[in-house]
Amino acid sequence: MAELDTSGGGKHKGGKVRSKKSSMRVDLTAMVDLAFLLITFFMLTTTLMKAKAMDMAMPDKDEQHDQLPVPATRTMTILLGSQNKLEWYMGETGKSAPTVDNFGKNGLRKALLDNKDHVMSTHGGQPMIVLIKPSDKSTYADFVEALDELNIAGIDIHAVVDITDPEIADLKKNGLY
Amino acid sequence: MPRVKIARKSTATDMTAMCDVAFLLLTFFILTSKFRTEDPVPVDIPGYTKTILLPEENVATLTIGSGKVFFGVEGQPIRKQMLEEVGKLYNITFTPEESAVFEVLPEFGMPIGQLKGYLDMDPDARKKVVQTGIPTDSVSNQLFNWVREARKADVAINQKALLIAIKGDSKQEYPTIKTVINILQKQKVNKFSLITALKTAPK
Repeated sequence: MAELDTSGGGKHKGGKVRSKKSSMRVDLTAMVDLAFLLITFFMLTTTLMKAKAMDMAMPDKDEQHDQLPVPATRTMTILLGSQNKLEWYMGETGKSAPTVDNFGKNGLRKALLDNKDHVMSTHGGQPMIVLIKPSDKSTYADFVEALDELNIAGIDIHAVVDITDPEIADLKKNGLY
Repeated sequence: MPRVKIARKSTATDMTAMCDVAFLLLTFFILTSKFRTEDPVPVDIPGYTKTILLPEENVATLTIGSGKVFFGVEGQPIRKQMLEEVGKLYNITFTPEESAVFEVLPEFGMPIGQLKGYLDMDPDARKKVVQTGIPTDSVSNQLFNWVREARKADVAINQKALLIAIKGDSKQEYPTIKTVINILQKQKVNKFSLITALKTAPK
Protein backbone atom coordinates (compact mmCIF):
# COMPACT_ATOMS: atom_id res chain seq x y z
CA MET A 1 0.00 0.00 0.00
CA ALA A 2 2.78 2.37 0.80
CA GLU A 3 3.46 4.65 -2.05
CA LEU A 4 6.83 6.09 -2.10
CA ASP A 5 7.76 7.70 -5.31
CA THR A 6 11.44 7.79 -5.64
CA SER A 7 11.55 8.79 -9.26
CA GLY A 8 12.13 12.26 -10.42
CA GLY A 9 14.77 14.69 -9.63
CA GLY A 10 17.06 13.18 -12.20
CA LYS A 11 19.27 15.33 -14.32
CA HIS A 12 18.00 16.04 -17.73
CA LYS A 13 20.15 16.37 -20.69
CA GLY A 14 20.79 20.01 -21.26
CA GLY A 15 18.17 22.53 -20.35
CA LYS A 16 17.01 23.37 -16.88
CA VAL A 17 17.16 21.10 -13.92
CA ARG A 18 13.53 20.49 -13.36
CA SER A 19 12.67 18.86 -10.11
CA LYS A 20 9.81 16.59 -10.81
CA LYS A 21 6.91 16.75 -8.42
CA SER A 22 7.35 13.74 -6.32
CA SER A 23 4.52 12.36 -4.27
CA MET A 24 5.91 11.49 -0.89
CA ARG A 25 2.83 9.73 0.32
CA VAL A 26 3.29 7.30 3.11
CA ASP A 27 0.39 5.13 4.06
CA LEU A 28 -0.80 6.38 7.41
CA THR A 29 -3.61 3.90 7.99
CA ALA A 30 -1.73 1.72 10.41
CA MET A 31 -0.45 4.69 12.33
CA VAL A 32 -3.91 6.19 12.66
CA ASP A 33 -5.25 2.84 13.79
CA LEU A 34 -2.68 2.65 16.50
CA ALA A 35 -3.24 6.22 17.58
CA PHE A 36 -6.97 5.71 17.93
CA LEU A 37 -6.47 2.51 19.82
CA LEU A 38 -4.32 4.33 22.35
CA ILE A 39 -6.78 7.22 22.53
CA THR A 40 -9.56 4.80 23.36
CA PHE A 41 -7.43 3.23 26.05
CA PHE A 42 -6.49 6.49 27.68
CA MET A 43 -10.00 7.85 27.44
CA LEU A 44 -11.47 4.85 29.17
CA THR A 45 -8.87 4.69 31.88
CA THR A 46 -9.11 8.36 32.74
CA THR A 47 -12.88 8.42 33.09
CA LEU A 48 -12.90 5.24 35.09
CA MET A 49 -10.23 6.44 37.43
CA LYS A 50 -12.15 9.37 38.82
CA ALA A 51 -13.01 8.44 42.35
CA LYS A 52 -16.63 8.75 43.24
CA ALA A 53 -17.69 9.55 46.71
CA MET A 54 -20.63 10.36 48.90
CA ASP A 55 -20.80 13.19 51.33
CA MET A 56 -21.10 12.39 54.95
CA ALA A 57 -21.80 14.74 57.80
CA MET A 58 -21.51 13.76 61.42
CA PRO A 59 -23.18 15.64 64.25
CA ASP A 60 -20.88 18.01 66.05
CA LYS A 61 -19.72 16.38 69.23
CA ASP A 62 -18.72 19.41 71.25
CA GLU A 63 -21.67 21.64 70.72
CA GLN A 64 -24.03 21.05 73.54
CA HIS A 65 -26.09 24.13 72.91
CA ASP A 66 -28.48 24.85 70.09
CA GLN A 67 -29.72 21.32 70.02
CA LEU A 68 -33.41 20.93 69.68
CA PRO A 69 -35.31 18.33 71.59
CA VAL A 70 -36.89 15.86 69.23
CA PRO A 71 -40.07 13.95 69.92
CA ALA A 72 -39.18 10.30 70.30
CA THR A 73 -42.26 9.26 68.39
CA ARG A 74 -40.77 10.74 65.27
CA THR A 75 -37.51 8.86 65.50
CA MET A 76 -36.70 5.52 64.08
CA THR A 77 -33.60 3.77 65.29
CA ILE A 78 -31.71 1.28 63.15
CA LEU A 79 -29.30 -1.06 64.89
CA LEU A 80 -26.75 -2.72 62.64
CA GLY A 81 -25.83 -6.20 63.74
CA SER A 82 -23.70 -8.99 62.35
CA GLN A 83 -24.44 -11.21 59.35
CA ASN A 84 -25.75 -8.25 57.33
CA LYS A 85 -28.84 -8.04 59.49
CA LEU A 86 -30.35 -5.19 61.39
CA GLU A 87 -32.99 -4.31 63.89
CA TRP A 88 -35.16 -1.28 63.93
CA TYR A 89 -37.68 0.23 66.27
CA MET A 90 -39.70 3.38 66.60
CA GLY A 91 -39.57 5.70 69.54
CA GLU A 92 -37.56 5.28 72.69
CA THR A 93 -35.26 2.43 73.53
CA GLY A 94 -37.01 -0.47 75.25
CA LYS A 95 -40.48 0.92 74.76
CA SER A 96 -41.25 -1.05 71.66
CA ALA A 97 -39.86 -4.39 70.58
CA PRO A 98 -37.35 -4.09 67.75
CA THR A 99 -38.01 -5.81 64.46
CA VAL A 100 -35.25 -7.94 62.99
CA ASP A 101 -34.91 -7.14 59.34
CA ASN A 102 -32.74 -7.56 56.29
CA PHE A 103 -31.33 -5.02 53.92
CA GLY A 104 -33.00 -4.74 50.58
CA LYS A 105 -36.27 -4.06 48.92
CA ASN A 106 -38.65 -5.90 51.19
CA GLY A 107 -36.62 -5.34 54.32
CA LEU A 108 -35.26 -2.02 55.44
CA ARG A 109 -36.53 -0.04 52.46
CA LYS A 110 -40.12 -1.08 53.00
CA ALA A 111 -39.86 -0.39 56.72
CA LEU A 112 -38.39 3.03 56.08
CA LEU A 113 -41.05 4.04 53.59
CA ASP A 114 -43.89 2.71 55.77
CA ASN A 115 -42.61 4.44 58.87
CA LYS A 116 -41.96 7.64 56.97
CA ASP A 117 -45.54 7.77 55.75
CA HIS A 118 -46.85 6.85 59.17
CA VAL A 119 -44.88 9.59 60.91
CA MET A 120 -45.90 12.09 58.24
CA SER A 121 -49.59 11.34 58.73
CA THR A 122 -49.57 11.25 62.53
CA HIS A 123 -47.38 14.30 63.05
CA GLY A 124 -48.97 16.67 60.59
CA GLY A 125 -46.39 16.38 57.83
CA GLN A 126 -43.31 16.59 60.00
CA PRO A 127 -40.47 14.44 58.72
CA MET A 128 -39.14 11.32 60.36
CA ILE A 129 -35.73 11.32 62.00
CA VAL A 130 -33.55 8.26 61.66
CA LEU A 131 -30.75 7.27 63.97
CA ILE A 132 -28.23 4.73 62.75
CA LYS A 133 -26.41 2.84 65.45
CA PRO A 134 -23.78 0.52 64.07
CA SER A 135 -22.66 -2.14 66.51
CA ASP A 136 -19.07 -3.34 66.72
CA LYS A 137 -19.98 -6.46 64.79
CA SER A 138 -21.38 -4.67 61.77
CA THR A 139 -19.34 -4.09 58.66
CA TYR A 140 -18.58 -0.94 56.75
CA ALA A 141 -20.65 -2.23 53.82
CA ASP A 142 -23.72 -2.47 56.08
CA PHE A 143 -23.15 1.04 57.27
CA VAL A 144 -22.98 2.44 53.75
CA GLU A 145 -25.91 0.29 52.69
CA ALA A 146 -28.03 1.70 55.52
CA LEU A 147 -27.14 5.25 54.49
CA ASP A 148 -27.98 4.33 50.94
CA GLU A 149 -31.41 3.08 51.92
CA LEU A 150 -32.07 6.37 53.68
CA ASN A 151 -31.04 8.16 50.54
CA ILE A 152 -33.35 6.03 48.40
CA ALA A 153 -36.22 6.53 50.82
CA GLY A 154 -35.60 10.27 50.73
CA ILE A 155 -35.03 10.72 54.43
CA ASP A 156 -32.90 13.80 54.93
CA ILE A 157 -32.64 13.95 58.68
CA HIS A 158 -30.44 11.21 59.96
CA ALA A 159 -27.54 10.82 62.33
CA VAL A 160 -24.98 8.19 63.15
CA VAL A 161 -24.94 7.65 66.88
CA ASP A 162 -23.04 5.33 69.21
CA ILE A 163 -24.87 2.22 70.25
CA THR A 164 -25.94 1.78 73.87
CA ASP A 165 -25.69 -1.27 76.12
CA PRO A 166 -29.39 -2.19 76.22
CA GLU A 167 -29.38 -2.15 72.45
CA ILE A 168 -26.34 -4.41 72.27
CA ALA A 169 -28.09 -6.74 74.70
CA ASP A 170 -31.06 -6.83 72.41
CA LEU A 171 -28.91 -7.62 69.40
CA LYS A 172 -27.31 -10.41 71.40
CA LYS A 173 -30.71 -11.79 72.26
CA ASN A 174 -31.53 -12.05 68.59
CA GLY A 175 -28.17 -13.58 67.77
CA LEU A 176 -26.88 -10.61 65.81
CA TYR A 177 -23.91 -9.71 67.92
CA MET B 1 -19.26 -2.60 -29.11
CA PRO B 2 -16.76 -0.74 -27.19
CA ARG B 3 -16.67 -1.61 -23.58
CA VAL B 4 -17.39 1.15 -21.14
CA LYS B 5 -14.34 1.36 -19.06
CA ILE B 6 -14.84 2.36 -15.50
CA ALA B 7 -11.94 4.36 -14.37
CA ARG B 8 -10.40 2.79 -11.31
CA LYS B 9 -10.26 5.30 -8.55
CA SER B 10 -7.71 4.99 -5.85
CA THR B 11 -9.31 4.29 -2.49
CA ALA B 12 -6.43 5.69 -0.55
CA THR B 13 -7.54 8.78 1.31
CA ASP B 14 -5.31 11.37 2.76
CA MET B 15 -4.75 10.31 6.33
CA THR B 16 -2.50 13.15 7.35
CA ALA B 17 -5.17 15.29 8.95
CA MET B 18 -6.74 12.37 10.74
CA CYS B 19 -3.37 11.30 11.98
CA ASP B 20 -2.70 14.77 13.29
CA VAL B 21 -5.96 14.89 15.18
CA ALA B 22 -5.48 11.40 16.54
CA PHE B 23 -2.07 12.18 17.92
CA LEU B 24 -3.19 15.49 19.31
CA LEU B 25 -5.92 13.76 21.27
CA LEU B 26 -3.55 11.02 22.27
CA THR B 27 -1.09 13.51 23.68
CA PHE B 28 -3.88 15.21 25.56
CA PHE B 29 -5.12 12.03 27.15
CA ILE B 30 -1.65 10.83 28.03
CA LEU B 31 -0.85 14.09 29.73
CA THR B 32 -4.11 14.35 31.62
CA SER B 33 -4.38 10.73 32.67
CA LYS B 34 -3.35 9.72 36.09
CA PHE B 35 -2.57 6.14 36.65
CA ARG B 36 -4.27 4.11 39.25
CA THR B 37 -2.25 3.98 42.39
CA GLU B 38 -2.26 0.58 43.88
CA ASP B 39 -3.94 0.21 47.22
CA PRO B 40 -1.67 -0.99 50.00
CA VAL B 41 -4.38 -3.39 51.11
CA PRO B 42 -7.08 -4.96 48.98
CA VAL B 43 -10.06 -2.67 49.27
CA ASP B 44 -13.49 -3.51 47.96
CA ILE B 45 -15.47 -0.32 48.11
CA PRO B 46 -19.20 -0.48 48.82
CA GLY B 47 -21.82 0.83 46.44
CA TYR B 48 -24.01 3.86 46.83
CA THR B 49 -26.76 5.13 44.56
CA LYS B 50 -25.95 8.82 44.60
CA THR B 51 -22.32 9.72 44.23
CA ILE B 52 -20.42 12.88 43.51
CA LEU B 53 -17.08 13.11 41.77
CA LEU B 54 -14.20 13.62 44.07
CA PRO B 55 -11.98 16.56 43.12
CA GLU B 56 -8.46 15.85 41.96
CA GLU B 57 -6.79 18.25 44.29
CA ASN B 58 -7.14 19.14 47.93
CA VAL B 59 -7.98 15.60 48.83
CA ALA B 60 -6.59 13.39 51.50
CA THR B 61 -7.49 9.74 51.42
CA LEU B 62 -7.73 7.46 54.41
CA THR B 63 -7.68 3.89 53.22
CA ILE B 64 -9.02 1.40 55.71
CA GLY B 65 -8.74 -2.30 55.19
CA SER B 66 -7.73 -5.40 57.17
CA GLY B 67 -7.91 -3.30 60.31
CA LYS B 68 -5.12 -1.02 59.09
CA VAL B 69 -5.25 2.62 58.23
CA PHE B 70 -3.26 4.22 55.44
CA PHE B 71 -2.97 7.88 54.70
CA GLY B 72 -2.29 9.73 51.50
CA VAL B 73 -2.67 13.30 50.41
CA GLU B 74 -2.56 14.88 46.95
CA GLY B 75 0.20 17.27 46.07
CA GLN B 76 3.92 16.96 46.60
CA PRO B 77 4.50 20.29 48.37
CA ILE B 78 1.80 19.40 50.87
CA ARG B 79 3.31 16.01 51.53
CA LYS B 80 6.73 17.55 52.02
CA GLN B 81 5.53 20.09 54.51
CA MET B 82 3.39 17.54 56.30
CA LEU B 83 6.34 15.19 56.76
CA GLU B 84 8.49 18.00 58.08
CA GLU B 85 5.89 19.14 60.60
CA VAL B 86 4.98 15.67 61.81
CA GLY B 87 8.68 14.89 62.13
CA LYS B 88 9.08 17.92 64.36
CA LEU B 89 6.31 16.72 66.64
CA TYR B 90 8.05 13.40 67.18
CA ASN B 91 11.60 14.82 67.10
CA ILE B 92 12.53 13.04 63.91
CA THR B 93 14.33 14.89 61.16
CA PHE B 94 14.09 13.55 57.67
CA THR B 95 16.92 14.03 55.19
CA PRO B 96 16.15 15.67 51.83
CA GLU B 97 16.50 12.22 50.20
CA GLU B 98 13.93 10.71 52.51
CA SER B 99 11.66 13.65 51.97
CA ALA B 100 11.97 13.23 48.20
CA VAL B 101 11.00 9.58 48.51
CA PHE B 102 8.07 10.45 50.70
CA GLU B 103 6.84 13.08 48.25
CA VAL B 104 6.21 10.54 45.52
CA LEU B 105 4.74 7.92 47.81
CA PRO B 106 1.02 7.74 47.07
CA GLU B 107 -0.06 6.30 50.36
CA PHE B 108 1.71 5.01 53.38
CA GLY B 109 0.87 3.20 56.56
CA MET B 110 3.86 3.05 58.85
CA PRO B 111 4.27 4.10 62.44
CA ILE B 112 6.34 7.27 62.58
CA GLY B 113 9.20 5.46 64.33
CA GLN B 114 9.62 3.04 61.44
CA LEU B 115 8.95 5.54 58.68
CA LYS B 116 12.55 6.69 58.41
CA GLY B 117 13.83 3.18 57.94
CA TYR B 118 11.09 2.51 55.44
CA LEU B 119 12.02 5.54 53.37
CA ASP B 120 15.70 4.59 53.41
CA MET B 121 15.07 1.24 51.76
CA ASP B 122 15.62 0.81 48.08
CA PRO B 123 12.41 0.78 46.03
CA ASP B 124 12.30 -2.97 45.47
CA ALA B 125 12.72 -3.80 49.12
CA ARG B 126 10.11 -1.19 50.02
CA LYS B 127 7.54 -2.87 47.84
CA LYS B 128 7.97 -6.12 49.71
CA VAL B 129 7.48 -4.63 53.14
CA VAL B 130 4.06 -5.28 54.58
CA GLN B 131 2.98 -1.98 56.03
CA THR B 132 1.48 -2.14 59.47
CA GLY B 133 -0.82 0.84 59.17
CA ILE B 134 -0.71 4.13 61.02
CA PRO B 135 -1.38 3.71 64.75
CA THR B 136 -4.77 5.11 65.65
CA ASP B 137 -4.40 4.99 69.43
CA SER B 138 -4.79 8.20 71.34
CA VAL B 139 -1.50 7.80 73.23
CA SER B 140 0.85 8.49 70.36
CA ASN B 141 -1.92 10.23 68.42
CA GLN B 142 -0.16 9.60 65.12
CA LEU B 143 -3.07 9.51 62.71
CA PHE B 144 -4.50 12.59 64.37
CA ASN B 145 -1.26 14.46 63.79
CA TRP B 146 -0.85 13.34 60.20
CA VAL B 147 -4.34 14.50 59.30
CA ARG B 148 -3.91 17.71 61.23
CA GLU B 149 -0.60 18.60 59.63
CA ALA B 150 -1.93 17.71 56.19
CA ARG B 151 -4.83 20.07 56.72
CA LYS B 152 -2.53 22.81 57.96
CA ALA B 153 -0.16 22.36 55.04
CA ASP B 154 -3.03 22.45 52.59
CA VAL B 155 -4.39 25.64 54.03
CA ALA B 156 -0.92 27.19 53.94
CA ILE B 157 -0.17 26.16 50.37
CA ASN B 158 -3.52 26.06 48.59
CA GLN B 159 -5.55 28.36 50.84
CA LYS B 160 -8.33 25.82 50.73
CA ALA B 161 -9.84 23.47 53.22
CA LEU B 162 -8.65 19.92 52.73
CA LEU B 163 -11.34 17.44 51.82
CA ILE B 164 -10.99 14.16 53.62
CA ALA B 165 -12.17 11.00 51.96
CA ILE B 166 -12.47 7.64 53.60
CA LYS B 167 -11.95 4.60 51.44
CA GLY B 168 -13.08 1.65 53.42
CA ASP B 169 -13.22 -2.02 52.64
CA SER B 170 -16.72 -3.51 52.62
CA LYS B 171 -15.71 -6.31 54.93
CA GLN B 172 -14.09 -4.01 57.41
CA GLU B 173 -15.75 -4.16 60.79
CA TYR B 174 -17.20 -0.93 62.06
CA PRO B 175 -14.97 -0.24 65.12
CA THR B 176 -11.97 0.69 62.96
CA ILE B 177 -14.11 3.05 60.91
CA LYS B 178 -15.47 4.53 64.11
CA THR B 179 -11.98 5.13 65.47
CA VAL B 180 -11.03 6.99 62.33
CA ILE B 181 -14.23 9.03 62.33
CA ASN B 182 -13.63 9.89 65.97
CA ILE B 183 -10.12 11.08 65.16
CA LEU B 184 -11.54 13.32 62.45
CA GLN B 185 -14.26 14.63 64.73
CA LYS B 186 -11.74 15.39 67.40
CA GLN B 187 -10.28 17.99 65.08
CA LYS B 188 -13.73 19.21 64.15
CA VAL B 189 -13.86 17.58 60.77
CA ASN B 190 -17.53 16.75 60.79
CA LYS B 191 -17.96 16.62 57.06
CA PHE B 192 -16.05 14.22 54.94
CA SER B 193 -16.56 11.93 51.99
CA LEU B 194 -16.82 8.19 51.78
CA ILE B 195 -15.42 6.79 48.57
CA THR B 196 -18.05 4.54 47.04
CA ALA B 197 -18.78 2.90 43.74
CA LEU B 198 -21.82 4.02 41.84
CA LYS B 199 -24.70 1.59 42.16
CA THR B 200 -27.83 1.76 40.05
CA ALA B 201 -30.87 2.58 42.10
CA PRO B 202 -33.23 -0.35 42.26
CA LYS B 203 -36.84 0.46 41.60
